[in-house]
Amino acid sequence: MDALTLARWQFAITTVYHFFFVPVTLGLSIAVAIMQTVYYRTGNEEYKKLTKFWGKLFLINFALGVATGIVQEFQFGMNWSQYSRFMGDIFGAPLAIEALLAFYMESTFLGVWIFGWDKLPRKIHLAAIWLVAIGSNLSALWILTANSFMQHPVGYAIRNGRAEMTDFWALLGNGHLWVQFPHVFFAGMATAGFLILSISAYHLFRKKDNVSAFEKSFRFGAVYAFLGTIMVILVGHTQAQYMVKIQPMKMAAAEALWNSENPASMSLFTIGDESQRKDVFAIRVPALLSFLAYNRFQGEVKGINDVQKEEQQQFGPGDYVPPVAISYWTFRIMVGAGFLMLFVSIFALWRTYKSNYEFSRLAYRVIFWTMLLPYIANTTGWLFTEIARQPWTVYGLIRTADSVSNVVSSGSVLFSLISFTVIYAILIVVMISLFKKFASSGIDGSETKSTGNTILSEA
Amino acid sequence: MDLNTVWFILIAVLFIGFFFLEGFDYGVGILLPFLGKDDDSRRAIINSIGTFWDGNEVWLLTAGGAIFAAFPNWYATMFSGFYLALVIMLIALILRAVAFEYRSKKDSKSWRNRWDWAIFFGSFVPALLWGVAMANLIRGVPIDSSMNYVGTFFTLLNPYALVGGLASLSIFMLHGAIFLSLKLTNGLLESARSAAKKLWLPSTVILFAFVAYTYAATDILNKIGVNPGPIPILAGIAILSVRYLLNIRKDGWAFVMTGITIAFSTITIFMGLYPRVMVSSSNPLWSLTIYNASSSPYTLKVMSIVALIFVPIVLAYQAWSYWVFRKRIAAKSDLEY
Repeated sequence: MDALTLARWQFAITTVYHFFFVPVTLGLSIAVAIMQTVYYRTGNEEYKKLTKFWGKLFLINFALGVATGIVQEFQFGMNWSQYSRFMGDIFGAPLAIEALLAFYMESTFLGVWIFGWDKLPRKIHLAAIWLVAIGSNLSALWILTANSFMQHPVGYAIRNGRAEMTDFWALLGNGHLWVQFPHVFFAGMATAGFLILSISAYHLFRKKDNVSAFEKSFRFGAVYAFLGTIMVILVGHTQAQYMVKIQPMKMAAAEALWNSENPASMSLFTIGDESQRKDVFAIRVPALLSFLAYNRFQGEVKGINDVQKEEQQQFGPGDYVPPVAISYWTFRIMVGAGFLMLFVSIFALWRTYKSNYEFSRLAYRVIFWTMLLPYIANTTGWLFTEIARQPWTVYGLIRTADSVSNVVSSGSVLFSLISFTVIYAILIVVMISLFKKFASSGIDGSETKSTGNTILSEA
Repeated sequence: MDLNTVWFILIAVLFIGFFFLEGFDYGVGILLPFLGKDDDSRRAIINSIGTFWDGNEVWLLTAGGAIFAAFPNWYATMFSGFYLALVIMLIALILRAVAFEYRSKKDSKSWRNRWDWAIFFGSFVPALLWGVAMANLIRGVPIDSSMNYVGTFFTLLNPYALVGGLASLSIFMLHGAIFLSLKLTNGLLESARSAAKKLWLPSTVILFAFVAYTYAATDILNKIGVNPGPIPILAGIAILSVRYLLNIRKDGWAFVMTGITIAFSTITIFMGLYPRVMVSSSNPLWSLTIYNASSSPYTLKVMSIVALIFVPIVLAYQAWSYWVFRKRIAAKSDLEY
């Protein structure tokens, strides 16, 4: 394989892996902060125990997020040096601001929070976890400012052979950012919500100890997961409507829509022939795509062939069609996972409303394993948004093939790709084993007899 | 002073902060298996930096981000050019970060032992490589006319750079040992102080050897002259005083002195570099400078405003966190890590 392909694989693997941990950090930091606030306000010891219980799981997750985040900051220069030269004037700023405004805050106050129990005034200790939560979510805002530019460049001019920033506020006011950031924010909430829900259900199902505390935890998780999921779906809908306007090719690929239609039909299931750009087999609902795009059953949605023609006129000869099958399926898996999550969260909410925490084995298993769905949705969502932008790294400005480092040999990239993958694989096994240990141990910190594989054997 | 120079100085400040703070973290990590004879003492050692290491590491992330934002060509050339060295350093940093958090979360002896060695490896490698990297920046590496690094991994491992690596490694170990003597109690305090005393002579010798070698291997003589001015001289005097201060048990002052040595040595390197950021050994005209590597004036202006507002805030709350957790850590105290 050539250096470009290897570098793309490395970026995909390290970024997807990094983003296993990020949404949990975003959502769980706020959840822990809320629990501690309740404890602070009411003095209810159960909430203190819950704060510590979820706080510990938060830290196990956070460690890997931080460790793998360092790679993220370095690998633009390491593997994508031409991109860094071309884009540094714009892309470097949000990254530096992210470190200055968010990383310092997050890491310093996390240290204060971990070590500050019973040593600091309660109010200051509570403030520390809120600053961690704010810092984490601010970091998402800044890195998405950078990513939004890649989807929809604004506030720039091409000068001196590179993209230069002309308006910082335009970068921050990028419409794409304000649909993408909420989407990621609520995805974090949903991911953390289902984690809380499923582990609480585990304890309620086994009814060992602290049933009342885990009922509170379950209630919290149900509300949190539901709010996160319904919002991520609503924002996602807005985001798709925005995408129709600014990245028509991405939308066309998501829907495997080869030719423009008005009103446009939506695909329920398509097997296509990518090289011929036509359907082999398709079930389509008439006019539904127009409705999703414009909230009415009319309006043209552009197809792949037509956008390709337009972009050839705009950018010169070339193939501007992303891998359609991957775009189509990642988009559908994300949306499908989102709706399954919604149903489960409604079920959990209903049980909360009824104060009925007696779960059948089936209900418990469903709730428990729903924990994995947000991870699937998060991963496919990012794969979709980055792959369906190809061949561009920055839409309309620089192509992926022109972004890669020209001085790093394929052998070097192969070495780093293998090294990172092996270490990441080992670390996730270690992380899951620790997570299981602490998730299945009692809330008082006392470990139960059968820590190892209890979750799997029960579920 | 133009904004390019301001950002050159700011990045130097970030590296000073990073080497000063993370320097003792690395030192503590390297000394861990040697000073910590049993689990209790190892936990005390790790917890002495437990609150701080993550915040300290952000200085590196900020320096990286600042280089990217202010001097994208520097970021692109250095990070792609030093590729394999950075991969090794990243692996070390990943293992180290996870090790701090995971080490004491299981009771198993082999589990903890493995993570302790991860902390050692994860601290040793970057402590060495940062000296190698700094030495190479000032000595010069092969860079062609279009700012591309054209050497190999082994080009970076030249004798001068390796001496630079040993210098940073040994001074960080000394700095870490003195930090531990400030944070620990009783027997551990004594062994940390005696480690510092033992480390003092080799660190001092290596540092002065590196200084002498720098005059021979780089163009710093043209830059700062035979009389280098107060900063490099104070860096040397500071480390010389450390042994005496340790003898009279003024550990706090000894720590200030190793800090001064680290800070002023870093300043000296940046003075030697200025206005270049990477020296080209192929042709002086192909060196990267604060002008040909920089962002646009507009971006520099935006970033200057951001830095002006937020750097003081960051400094204030990080200093506050050190003040809050200034107490010594005993082997039997209530430990988090």
